[in-house]
Amino acid sequence: MKFAVVAFPGSSCDDYLYVLKEVLKQEAASISHRDTSLQDAQCVILPGGSSYGDYLRPGALASLSPIMDKVREFAKEGGLVLGIGNGFQILLETGLLPGAMLPNSSLRFVCRQQTLKVENANTPFTGCYAQGQIIQMPIAHGQGNYYLDPASLKKLQENNQIVFRYTDEAGNATEEANPNGSVDNIAGIINQGGNVLGMMPHPERSCEAALGSTGGLGLFQSAIEFLAERVKA
Amino acid sequence: MLTPQEIKEKQAWRSMGLKDQEYERICEFLGRLPNYTELGMYSVLWSEHCSYKHSRHLFKLFPTKGERVLIGPGENAGAIDIGDGLAIVMKVESHNHPSAIEPYQGAATGVGGILRDIFTMGARPIASLNSLRFGDPRDENVRRLVRGAVAGIGDYGNATGVPTVGGEISFADCYRGNCLVNAMSVGLVRHELLTRATASGVGNPVMVVGSTTGRDGIHGATFASAEFSEEDEGELPIVQAGDPFTETLLIEACLELIESGVVVGIQDMGAAGLTSSSAEMASKAGSGIEMDLTVVPQRDEGMSSYEIMLSESQERMLVVPKAGAEDQVKAIFEKWGLHAVVVGRVTDDGMLRVFHHGEVAAEVPAKSLSTDGAPSYVPEAKRPEYLDELWSFDFNQLEDLKQEEIQDAFWKLLASPNIVSRRWIWEQFDQHAQLRTLVGPGSDAAVLRLPGTKRGIAITVDCNGRYCYQNPRVGAAQAVAEAARNIYASGGKPIAITDGLNLGNPEKPEIYWQLKETVQGIAEACEALGTPVTGGNVSLYNETDGEAIYPTPIIGMLGLLEDAEKHATIGFKNKGDLILLVGENKDELSGSEFLTVQHGLVAGPGPELDLELEKRNGEFCRSLIEKGLVSSCHDISDGGLAIALAECAMAGKLGARVKLYCPERRDSLLFGESQARYVVSLPEENYDALRGLAEKQGVSISLLGRVEGEEFTVELGEEKVISTRVSEMLDLWSSGLERLLGEE
Repeated sequence: MKFAVVAFPGSSCDDYLYVLKEVLKQEAASISHRDTSLQDAQCVILPGGSSYGDYLRPGALASLSPIMDKVREFAKEGGLVLGIGNGFQILLETGLLPGAMLPNSSLRFVCRQQTLKVENANTPFTGCYAQGQIIQMPIAHGQGNYYLDPASLKKLQENNQIVFRYTDEAGNATEEANPNGSVDNIAGIINQGGNVLGMMPHPERSCEAALGSTGGLGLFQSAIEFLAERVKA
Repeated sequence: MLTPQEIKEKQAWRSMGLKDQEYERICEFLGRLPNYTELGMYSVLWSEHCSYKHSRHLFKLFPTKGERVLIGPGENAGAIDIGDGLAIVMKVESHNHPSAIEPYQGAATGVGGILRDIFTMGARPIASLNSLRFGDPRDENVRRLVRGAVAGIGDYGNATGVPTVGGEISFADCYRGNCLVNAMSVGLVRHELLTRATASGVGNPVMVVGSTTGRDGIHGATFASAEFSEEDEGELPIVQAGDPFTETLLIEACLELIESGVVVGIQDMGAAGLTSSSAEMASKAGSGIEMDLTVVPQRDEGMSSYEIMLSESQERMLVVPKAGAEDQVKAIFEKWGLHAVVVGRVTDDGMLRVFHHGEVAAEVPAKSLSTDGAPSYVPEAKRPEYLDELWSFDFNQLEDLKQEEIQDAFWKLLASPNIVSRRWIWEQFDQHAQLRTLVGPGSDAAVLRLPGTKRGIAITVDCNGRYCYQNPRVGAAQAVAEAARNIYASGGKPIAITDGLNLGNPEKPEIYWQLKETVQGIAEACEALGTPVTGGNVSLYNETDGEAIYPTPIIGMLGLLEDAEKHATIGFKNKGDLILLVGENKDELSGSEFLTVQHGLVAGPGPELDLELEKRNGEFCRSLIEKGLVSSCHDISDGGLAIALAECAMAGKLGARVKLYCPERRDSLLFGESQARYVVSLPEENYDALRGLAEKQGVSISLLGRVEGEEFTVELGEEKVISTRVSEMLDLWSSGLERLLGEE
């Protein structure tokens, strides 16, 4: 199996399976949070939604699921892990990515089409984008205000770990273009090993023009191409 | 608890909202005096909220049959055939009273309740909408209510993964003490999985599933059937608390259970919880139910039978599976971490018999609790006198706008509470979950694709309360017509409605008259437009200190698109496209937003309505969209032609140059709200084809101008009366609501 989508109670797995199977014609299946094996998955997706109703803190309870031990091991071995929305929050709670998520600075949920800039096109998830490309994707979250202490942020910047920023249409990371108050307009980051990506915007909602944008298509295509190359090598 | 004798002596039924003759009726049904638990059960189920005792005799006026109606009124929600073996299940429900007290939980549990009505039918909820009414948004308490209700709807809906794809909100002083929070939900199901709320099959088990039962929300339905007074603002415990996570699990567990084929009947425990669900299921099947409350999973200690029977704890269901399937039901619910407990059996004696700690706590004929037994009143009706005053208003005394006043009037209207963008609200709703939303909030109707079929659906919820105040019958018909216009303008064919009737105290003759007229108006419009009523909700007693709200019949309408891709949105698409008016201006100002904003007036009988014309013009627009002749389509409603044009421009971020000829009043031409009108834009090469169709179908069209780049200008004769840029309009309009609410 190529893509495994982890099903936590309250996750919206079906959206991811639909995009992977029906739109991208990929082999994909869901794995229960209770499972203790990732089977032969080549890329693990922690999906969006509201696992455990976002109780305690978004992602906090899901990060303690049995399957997460396996996801940690898988990531350590260099396996591709993609956390989207709530999945990003789970990655932060698991410690696979640095930082923490605060409530949006407006203190309101926000759902809209958002402009993003691809800040690092040299990752397994962004190879199909051009460096600096401006793309559109929907966001939908109440707690997407990414926070990191200044020293760690500096490290993140220096290591080129910021993958997506919220920007205006000209690519400027302005305060007005920041929908949730995230530090440095951060929308998505990757780990130092370059195999674990977390992002708040929803690429799975952005793979068909009929739904309003196609900015997310490149993300899945990049991962598919990366995996194909990896198999060849 | 009082003994039956003490109840009689102290007339305890009165404090539960029952009338003396209703107590007598209970005694007759039982052949003895009711005990306290029984009295509580009757008081809730015989409330207006549960029994529709002042309104249900009117519902026979509604057209409820049609070739697409699979399940009409009387179940948890209506079901409509949309072809390919699929059905849409839909319903509107009000949560007005709880929201006025605690807007966040009131609105959130409203969403939870309507979602349960949908998946109880076996359908997966695929979309929600809402219809909201508040007082002046500049009022501090109103702001608190708006903030709370919007966040409550958002948080509950967002957490359950059901997108909120549309809705409407309007503001008027009459809603200051009685806000309206109506939620609508839409589900998708294969025909063979449609499930009903019935307790048939003697010996079949009765199971309580989902959440535990606590002391929250006791007597909610009775409370929802009374007027407010100043003292009520401390009544917090009546409002339930929602748990959207449990709801998510309950959705999955119930759908899995229904799919497994062992369900005989299933019913949501909404108002009056265990009492209503058991009584309704037994009464529908003509059976009885015996239950032991001792085994009902409880979250509070020492609950009495009265409390358990009347609790409105959320996220619970009553299930009657086939005998022998108990363990299968338990296994499914345990998988989702939910309770499923056998609390009783279906019997054949027609009695609802409730045991608690080994004793009979209540024993009443099930049918006597349901609408079969509840009293039905036909109150006195009297046409309210205020209508004479409104209708006699002489519009000639109103000075027309001068040329040079038009631009200011336009700005004032564009920034007014009922016209500014609703973006601040809908951005708090997840609109895209489940990947079906082709058109979300901000256009005329929401359009959803349905993977697995080429077809799509359009959904909308509408009502203009002021029109209904000015003429309840025509206003209610207009609500149906407006919903239909929104469906047509999006490319759909209207096929069914669900309604939410929000009015004042029906025991007052003037209000009952409004109610009767409202039902007749809806019935007439549905008949004319071919949209049967598939179910609905009634919320009466929306009064504070004796002042009633406008009659506000919310119409939720379903439209069908044979090809989901062939839909339209309101925004202009291409510079150079022609702009056309479909329909005619009737030189009327009555009922318009302009009249209220500019002159502070509500006057006249409201705009005229011609249902034949509605159908003709609407079908015409729909056919233009289906044939791919138009680039955009928008119905003209609040704010009239000028505002509709501005909305098309702002949505498409393209300007317009429009030239109008003014035979009569300038204000009515620009801002009047004549019905059955649309603004369409189209490439010039399609104009001849369109004109040919219009002639053939007898539809009046007139050329208004062209889509431009940034400039937005309206000329009257040779004079520019509105001249601005799209960006300037957007600056004022798009963040107008947060400005009014003090949320900037």
